[in-house]
This record gives sequence, structure tokens and C-alpha cells, in this order.
Amino acid sequence: MELTGTIVAVVGTVFLFLGSLGIFRLPDVYNRLQAGTKCTTLGAFLTVIGVGLMNPAWFAKALLIAVFILLTNPISSHALGRAAQKSGVPLWKGSVVDQTEDFKKAKQTE
Amino acid sequence: MTHIIWLSLIGAGIVLCLLRLFRGPSAADRAVAVDTSATVTTALLVLLGAVFKRYVYLDVALVYAVLTFIGAVAIARYLERGL
Repeated sequence: MELTGTIVAVVGTVFLFLGSLGIFRLPDVYNRLQAGTKCTTLGAFLTVIGVGLMNPAWFAKALLIAVFILLTNPISSHALGRAAQKSGVPLWKGSVVDQTEDFKKAKQTE
Repeated sequence: MTHIIWLSLIGAGIVLCLLRLFRGPSAADRAVAVDTSATVTTALLVLLGAVFKRYVYLDVALVYAVLTFIGAVAIARYLERGL
């Protein structure tokens, strides 16, 4: 059980590092938000569950923290992305699809 | 040995988030960097509890997760339409 928990926690920290690397390297707010949300949610979930597996007496509270992260991290990043779009942060010049602009144009021509 | 792997990966991640926090051109970039580094810090607190064998660190991590969620939603609301 100890070995399983250690391996799961190491995989989780690798995901956390990759998410932070995406935050540093990607070109746009929205791209960065995607990397920072998905990788970090999975990484934190695996890390906390791994610590819970290493010490079985801690498993209930570790599961509580993991489920809380799993529920609230997408909500906060959705709010941040919506705020960035409403406050007028432009897309990266290599982006090809902007469905919000398409929707606004379609609504004006109606 | 595994402690060194965990803590060096998480430390490198937090340093990358801080570099984006310093460089980010707009306020939304900085808010995203802070949100990500807060999630990484929650995992770091749980890992520190495992390293030092202290159960209290899990409570600290839970309260930190709640507070950063509220902070991220408040910052998003401020960016969207002001306070």
C-alpha cells in the first residue's frame, strides 16, 4: 500500500510540474488556463489520493480535499476565463476559431 | 529519495508560475498564474504533512483550498465588472 501511494503521488507531482510548465510556455490567456486547469486538477487529485493511500488513517480527509479540488477548480477557472473574455483580452494571433465572435455576428445579422 | 523528487518537481512548478506572474502582460494572466500556483501549494501542503508525519497539515490544506477558491471567484468578478 505504501509503494502504491508513493507511485501515485510521484505521478501526481509530474502532472503538477507539467501544468506549471504550460502556464509558463503557452502563448495566450486561454491556452494557459486550459493547461493550468486540467493538468493541475489531475495532479493535485493524484497527489492527495497518494498521500491518503500511504497513510490509511488519513484517507477520509485526503478524499475530502481531493473531491473539493475536483469540484471547485473547474468553477474558478471558468470564472477567470469568462472574466478575461469580458474584459477584452485578445486571442493569440494563431487562433483560428472564436465562437463568441461568430455568435455575436450571427445575432446582429438576424 | 522520493521526498527529493516530490519537492523538487513542485518547487520547479511554483517557480515557473511565479515567473509567469512577473511577466504576464495583462491582469488576467496574473490571476491565472496565482490560481494555478495556489492549487500546487495545496498539494505541497498535503505532501509536507506526509513528509513530517503531521496530521494537522491536511486541515491547513483544506482551509487553503477553500480560501483560494473564494479569492479566485472574487478576482474574476472584479475583472468582469468592477467591485
